[in-house]
Amino acid sequence: MIGLEHYLIVSALLFCLGLLGVIVRRNLLIIYMSLELMLNAANLALVAFSRFTNHLNGQVMVFFIITVAAAEVAVGLALIVALYRKRQTAHVEDLTLMKL
Amino acid sequence: MQATDIFFIGFALLTLTCGILVIVNRNPVNSAMFLVLTIASLAGLFVLLNAFFLAAVQVLVYAGAVMVLFLFVIMLLDLKEEQRRTIRKFSLALGGLAVGTVAFLLVRSIWFSGVGRAAQPQLEGGTRPLGTALFQDFLLPFEIVSVILLVAMVGVVLLSKKELK
Repeated sequence: MIGLEHYLIVSALLFCLGLLGVIVRRNLLIIYMSLELMLNAANLALVAFSRFTNHLNGQVMVFFIITVAAAEVAVGLALIVALYRKRQTAHVEDLTLMKL
Repeated sequence: MQATDIFFIGFALLTLTCGILVIVNRNPVNSAMFLVLTIASLAGLFVLLNAFFLAAVQVLVYAGAVMVLFLFVIMLLDLKEEQRRTIRKFSLALGGLAVGTVAFLLVRSIWFSGVGRAAQPQLEGGTRPLGTALFQDFLLPFEIVSVILLVAMVGVVLLSKKELK
């Protein structure tokens, strides 16, 4: 029987995958995708809690997270494009100066 | 074993496998494609949790809009050189060790805390109760989120102008 803890374990593992991606990869876009993975892991945990504790608030929270994540992705990608125009690179190893 | 359990195992394995493939792939386009698969199988898990509306939103917003944005940017930037660069073995080992420890601690604490051991799936879910909650109890956050979207749109237009001043 699949219970709450199984969903939470899947969510934890997915979160750790995203964390690993952020730590190991050097490409800004891949790091960004890993961030999305972590957000989705949190969403999964919230929906699972919502289902097993009979509260709808978790699902409402996930709805807002998805909306804010969409806005955040748009802004972040625009920043990456602007950075790429200035520096011609999307690698964190090449982006060591704070000034443009 | 019920059918939903089998579906859960399938979707969970698909999610984690595609998640691994997202971070090990050399080519950013492949990574984005595997991220789409991850998100789609997460939508499957949402359906198993009776969150039908969220599953639909997940596919529409994430697998649709966000991933199209990602692919656009990947193709806008020339990332050919990504293939040449190697991941440093040292950082891979160290990062893997650190994250492995975190994963071990998380899974262990979830497993032994007994959270949800007695909890039964209760919530019926569905679109109608979610809509009611959104437009009655959470009306103000809902409106604020729409303002956030507007601000993000204006910001993106400003950031994407040729001359960044």
